[in-house]
Formats: sequence, structure tokens, C-alpha cells
Amino acid sequence: MILHTLNQPPANAACFERCREAMSSDDTLLLIEDGVYWALPAFAARLESLSGRVKVLAADAAARGVDLPAAHCIDDQAFVALCVSHDKVVSWF
Amino acid sequence: MIFSIIVQAPPVQAQGAETALRFARAVLAAGHRIHRVFFYRDGVHNGTALTCTPQDENSIPAQWQALAAEHDLDLVVCIAAAVRRGLIDESEAGRYGHRHWNLADGFELSGLGQLVEACLTSDRVVTFGGRS
Amino acid sequence: MSAASILVITRSAPYGSSAARDALDVALTCSVFEQPVSLLFLDDAVFQLLKGQSPGGIGQKNLNAVQQSLPLYDIDRLYVGARALAERGLHASDLILPVQTIDEAELASLLADHTTVLSV
Repeated sequence: MILHTLNQPPANAACFERCREAMSSDDTLLLIEDGVYWALPAFAARLESLSGRVKVLAADAAARGVDLPAAHCIDDQAFVALCVSHDKVVSWF
Repeated sequence: MIFSIIVQAPPVQAQGAETALRFARAVLAAGHRIHRVFFYRDGVHNGTALTCTPQDENSIPAQWQALAAEHDLDLVVCIAAAVRRGLIDESEAGRYGHRHWNLADGFELSGLGQLVEACLTSDRVVTFGGRS
Repeated sequence: MSAASILVITRSAPYGSSAARDALDVALTCSVFEQPVSLLFLDDAVFQLLKGQSPGGIGQKNLNAVQQSLPLYDIDRLYVGARALAERGLHASDLILPVQTIDEAELASLLADHTTVLSV
């Protein structure tokens, strides 16, 4: 079980695609910084295969005016908890 | 649980340094230990003593210093990356014949071996990157 | 794979930034400290391994020279994204060192097989 973090915006699609390909079925993706834009409805199809396994850092989404369902958003404490509940963390940037 | 944090993002130009700071605070607040924060690539600029920050903004280096002082954190700046970018301490200033130095108190210059050691010693290693 | 092992991921082309050299330095340091290390080249990082680099004209050191020293440091687990090569019109024979090409399906298990994964 790996926690992947991704901080790149949709213009850097290669970064997102490598991350997505590297994910196993029990991995989790946490979108941070400019990565939160991937959670917009426009990109829903590309996240479809990850359904239920994508989280968004709430402060980064709020900062950018990206309005998302609360269920997807986590705070910094929950970020730490995800690091603990997964075996390792892989950062994509 | 023992964490180490790798910061490759510089302050100001990238958000990653601030994200790493918030993450570090959250790790400590949850009762975990931070074995080391290692600054690599342009992340070494987090260790400068010479930032001049507008009053309505927060200095990233000063925040690292305050967190380190409060929690006795090991803030290690990659020496090879730092000296190339003009970030040096008194000892390196002497070695290279510079009259000034600018590494902030609370930070320490050391080698990449400290990064490898952190990987071996920590339960989790979390990297915060810039780009390129 | 040994108990503790480090995977260094690099995704950047060489020379335009220091990322290629910085990733190599991490791998070399792992080897100096006798830690098993693997290198994974994804996306534009496959250009790092192209033969025939000659960066004298841009004031940089030749990465090929460092790469050729990797076997001396027992760094021989070099993985390259198969599609990254194909998309760029390259073949393994264009590269300076022998590599293992991996497809997308093998990527996840490569990450799982290492204790720590470092992106540079």
C-alpha cells in the first residue's frame, strides 16, 4: 500500500499519468498544491479508475477556489494519518 | 512513528517548502518523531539567514528555525548543493576564502549520506518537490 | 531484493536542469554507504541515457562519463519505461548502459519491491 502525492497541474499530464500507472489497486492518491485541479469535474474520466482512492488536501483546494465534495478533502493531520496507514510515500512532481 | 522529510522546493518560488512546513507541524502534533529534515537541490535556500520578508508575509526559513528550536529538529542542508548556490556557513567561508556566510542558525551543512541514513532510520520518508 | 532498498525515480531530461545529475548523486551516495539502490528513468529521463553526449559547448560535465561508472559502484539495476522509449523513437540500443525496460503493469510492483522511493 503506497500513498502517492501529486502536486502538478493538468498541463503536466505526463506526471499524472505516470503516477496513475504506478498505482496498485490498494494505493491512495493525494492531490496537493497545483495537483488539486485534477479533482475538477473536467478531469473526472481520467480519475475514474481510481474511484474512491483519491483525496485532496483541503487547504490547497480552498486556496485555489476549487470547490469539491467534503468527502474528498482532508486536512494536514489526515495527510499524516495516510502516511502512517500506507507502507511508504511516493511523491510525483 | 519516525518520519524524515526531504525538501527539494525553494521558498517563495515554489509552494512545496510551505507544504513541507505544515506537514512537519502535523507530524509533530500527531505525536510522531521527525528524525531529520533534509534540504536538497533548490530546497537548500530554505536555510538562508538573509531573507527579508514583507511584514504581512511569513519567512519560511524563520518558520523552520522556530519549529526546530521548539522540537529540537535536525535540519540538514545538502552541503554540495548549498555551496554551489552560495549558501555557506562560517567553516565553508573559511575553506573557500569568503568573508561572509549566510546559513541560518539551526541549520547544518552535511553530505548526502545524511539523506541515505535518514531513509534507513525512518519509518516514513516524505519528499516535497519543486519542479525541474 | 534485500531488506532495505532505495529506488530513485528521475523524470527529467539532462542538462536543462540539474535533476539528472542530482538523481545520480543520490544513487552514488547510496552505493558509497553500501545500500542497495535502483534507478528508474521515466518520461524525458530516458534522454539522460542517450549515447554520444558532448556538453562541453554548454559548460557542463558529461553525464555519460558518470553513468559509465555506475557498474563500478554496483549500481546495475537500471529501469527504463518502455513506453517512454517508444514514444521518443528510441531503442535500448541507443542507450549508454544496459537497462531493463518495464511496462506500465510492472511499475507498481517495482515501487512495491523497494523500501523507500525517492523522487528527484
